[in-house]
Amino acid sequence: MNTFFKDETFRDDFTFQNSPEAVARFPFPYWEDKYMYSVNMEPHVKAGAPGSVYEFPIDIDEHYVSDMRDRALVLAEDPLRCQALPHMMSAQWDVLELLMISMAEAYPKHFTLNRHGDEWHWINRPLRIEDKFRFGDATTLPYEPMEYITRQCQGDFSVLDQRENNLWMDAGIATSQADWSLDFDIGMNFMEWHGPVPLAHEIGVFDRALKFLLNLQQGKPVRRLNWTMTINPRLDTSPENYDKWGIDRCAVTPENVGDKVHLRVELQALWRLPRSNAMLFSIRAYLLKMRELVTNPDWARRFHRVLKSLPPELADYKGLTRYRDATVDWLAKYDDGKPTPTGFLLK
Amino acid sequence: MTANMQRVRVARVDDVAAGIKRFELVGLAGQSLPMFSAGSHIVVTMRDKDQVWRNPYSIMGVSEDNGYVISVHSSPESRGGSRYMHTKVHVGSELDISEPVNLFPIVHTGRKHILIAGGIGITPMLAMLDELKRDASIFELHYAVRSPEAGAYFSDLMSETGRSIRVYSSDRGERIPLAAILSNQPLGTHVYVCGPQRMIDWALEVADRAGWPEENVHCERFSSAPPGKPFDVELRNGTVVHVGEHQSMLEALEHAGVDAPYLCRGGACGQCVTRVIASDSKLVHNDHYLTDEEKQAGEQIATCVSRADGGCIKLDL
Amino acid sequence: MLVSGIKSRPHYPGLKPDANAKQNVIVADSGGAGAVADMMRQVDADFASRCIVLLVGAGDFAACEPFKFASVWSSPTIATAINRLVNVLQHGRMGLRLYVAGTEPLIGQVVKAAVEHGIEHNSVRTEHRGSTSRRVQCVHCKGITEDVTTNPVTCAHCGTALLVRDHYSRRYAAFMGVRIDAEAPGEIPQSVGEFK
Repeated sequence: MNTFFKDETFRDDFTFQNSPEAVARFPFPYWEDKYMYSVNMEPHVKAGAPGSVYEFPIDIDEHYVSDMRDRALVLAEDPLRCQALPHMMSAQWDVLELLMISMAEAYPKHFTLNRHGDEWHWINRPLRIEDKFRFGDATTLPYEPMEYITRQCQGDFSVLDQRENNLWMDAGIATSQADWSLDFDIGMNFMEWHGPVPLAHEIGVFDRALKFLLNLQQGKPVRRLNWTMTINPRLDTSPENYDKWGIDRCAVTPENVGDKVHLRVELQALWRLPRSNAMLFSIRAYLLKMRELVTNPDWARRFHRVLKSLPPELADYKGLTRYRDATVDWLAKYDDGKPTPTGFLLK
Repeated sequence: MTANMQRVRVARVDDVAAGIKRFELVGLAGQSLPMFSAGSHIVVTMRDKDQVWRNPYSIMGVSEDNGYVISVHSSPESRGGSRYMHTKVHVGSELDISEPVNLFPIVHTGRKHILIAGGIGITPMLAMLDELKRDASIFELHYAVRSPEAGAYFSDLMSETGRSIRVYSSDRGERIPLAAILSNQPLGTHVYVCGPQRMIDWALEVADRAGWPEENVHCERFSSAPPGKPFDVELRNGTVVHVGEHQSMLEALEHAGVDAPYLCRGGACGQCVTRVIASDSKLVHNDHYLTDEEKQAGEQIATCVSRADGGCIKLDL
Repeated sequence: MLVSGIKSRPHYPGLKPDANAKQNVIVADSGGAGAVADMMRQVDADFASRCIVLLVGAGDFAACEPFKFASVWSSPTIATAINRLVNVLQHGRMGLRLYVAGTEPLIGQVVKAAVEHGIEHNSVRTEHRGSTSRRVQCVHCKGITEDVTTNPVTCAHCGTALLVRDHYSRRYAAFMGVRIDAEAPGEIPQSVGEFK
C-alpha cells in the first residue's frame, strides 16, 4: 500500500539500495579533499533545502521500516544491545518524550501523539503500532521507555549521565554501530569510550569536545558528522558479530567495488535532557554504495582524494586497509583532476 | 554566547520572611516554560532605565499555572538586582529569563541524599525534595535558619511528615549536628550543601574530618560577585571599560556593549573565563572554577565574579 | 611497567593514606604488600588500628607483618577475597576508605565490588604492583578469561582465538577480546607473551 517505505534487507541477500532522492540527500561529510579529526560540532538546526537530512531534529527516511525490522532481529538475537543502568529511568522518559514529540511534529502523516496530562496515546502508522500509556509509569508500556521508542526510531542512541565533570554512557541501544560494543562500553565515561580512537586524543579534540558538551543547554542541540566504510549494506557491524561480517572485507574485487563498498556516514546529534539533566546522543547511519556516490561528479572526485590521502592509522582504525586500494583504483576513473569547491557539496 | 531568553510575566509575589520574597513567573505569551532538573537556576535580567542586572536564582519548583517559582533575598550587600526585585517588581511586571542551567544536580548513582541548607540556600533544596520524592529516593534535609520567622518556608517544611526533614533555629540555640549526621551513613550517601559561604566552608571541613571523600560532597555557592576597588578593563581594540565598586566586571562589559560569554554568573561553570593579556595590578579571583595554579599564573580570569585590585587589566576580548 | 597511553584504562595513582578515614580497608596480593608497607611508613602509629587488611593469594607478605592492623585475613584467591570484601562493604559506613595494591585484575575486581556497593570508583586508592597480566572478556560469548599473558589468547569459554584490544571496561574489570581471524579464518598469528 505504501510506496515510500522500501522493503529491503541489511543482511543475507542485502537488497538495500538508495533511491535517487535518497542519494541526493546523503550527508556527504567532507568539506575539503582530505580528512582529519576536528571538533566539528555545529548547532543542530534546520538547514538545507526541504527534504534535507537536516530538515528535522530526527530524520525518518525511506529505509525506516526495513531498518526497524533489522533492529528487531538484532535485539532478538542479542538483547544486550539495549541496556539501561538502574539510575537512568528519569533520563529514559526524557528520551521517550523528545523522540516522540520530534517524530510526531516532523512527520504527522506517519506518527501521532495525543497527550492529556500524563495519559499519552501514540500511533505509529508505518510500523502499525498503537499504544496508550501513562507517562512516568513504565508498567504501562510493553518495554522500558528508551527501548520502546528507539525500537521505532532510526539510529543508535546513547544516553549520557552528567556527573563528576564528565559524561557517562549509562544507557543506550546499538544495533547499527560501526564496531563498538554497547555492552562493553556501558558505564564508561566520555574519554574512556573514545579510548580506542587513534590520534584524536593527542590533538586535544576530546578535551575540547567534553568541555563544550558539559555546558550544553536545553533547546540548543548540536550535531556533527562521522564516517567510515562498510562492505555490503550491513547495519549491524558490531564486534559481537565480527565473525559474520569481518570476512566481507576480503570479498572486494575490482568488479564489485561499485556495489559492495559503501560509504557509511553517521549524523551524530546531542540534546540536553530536561528532567534528568542527562544528554541524548544519537548516531544515525546512512549508507551509500560507491556506484551511487559517483553519480555526483564532485563527490566522486573528492572521495577519491580523501581516501587516497587518508593517514594509515585512521585507515587501520576504520578497518579499511584490505579494500582501500581496490576502492581508490575504482574511484580513480571518476576523478578527472578538476578542482572541487570547498564546502560540504550538498545539493 | 548567551543563553536562550524567554520573556515572562510575574504572576504572583509573596512575602515569605524578613527580606525574602517569592515570585511566580509564567510565560508572557502563554508559552509553557521548559522542564528543569532539580538544582537548576535561571538567570533573570532586570532593567531599570539604563541599569541592567543579571542574577542567578534557583528554581524552587513549578507553580500551579506551570510557571517557575523563585525566591529573592534582598540584603544590604545587594548590588542592586535583588533590591530591584523587591522594590520595583510587582504582579504584571515583565522580565527576561534564561533557560534552566544545572550546576548543582542530584547525583543519580547516589544511594542516599543528605541536603544541608542555610537561609536562602533552601531554594534549590525544595526542588531537590520534589525530585527525590518523585523518584522514591532516600533523603534527609537539615535546614538552618536564624529564627522561625526569618526562615523561608519554615512552616511548609515543618508540616512535612516524616523524620527526614529537620529545621534548626539558631536563635533557640539549635545548630545542625553535622558531624553526628555524617558519622553513620551508608556507603553511597551524597551530601549537598547550599547557603552562605561560611556555612559551606564549615560543612566541607566537617565532611572531610569525618572521612568523607570529596566525590560525595557537593555544594552550590551562592556567590554573587563581591564588590571591590574600581578598576579598568582594556579590550583588544583599545576601548577602556570602567568597572565600578559595586559592579561586576561582566556587568561593566555588558553595559559597554560587549557580548562577553557567561553562563552561571556565579563563578562556578568557567564559561566566562577570559585570557588576561596584561595587568598592572593584582588579580582578585573570586571564582570556584580555576585551579590554584591557574589563579597563581594570572593568565585567566572569571569575569562574572573576579576583579583586579585597582589599576587596569587587558583582556583578550 | 604498565604501558601508558591506553586511554580507557584507569590510572593507578598509588596508595595514599587517608588520615581522616574512620575505617581503612586494604586489599593486597604479595606484589602489593610492599605498597602497603610503604604507605604505613607515612602514617602515625594508631593508623594501623583503624585498618582491616585482606591478603590475597600465595606469596611473601612479610612486608606487612610489622604493623598492628585491627584485623588481617588471608584468602587463597581473588574470588574468595572479593567475597570477604563484599561482606565488609555491606556493613560499611561513609568514612570507610578502600585501598588496593597488586595486579590489574585484583584492582579491577576490588573497584568493581566497591562501585557495586556505592563507593565512587575514584574514591578507591589504587597502586599497580607485579605482573601486567590481564582479564579478557570475549565480546562474542561474553566469557571472561583470567590471567592472560599472551596476545592473541584462546577464549577459555568458547575457544575463539582472541585479539586482546587495549580497551578496558571498569564494569567488567576486563579488556576486550575480539576474534583475531574473522577476516581471514584460520590465519591466527603466533601468540606472543605481551602481559607478563
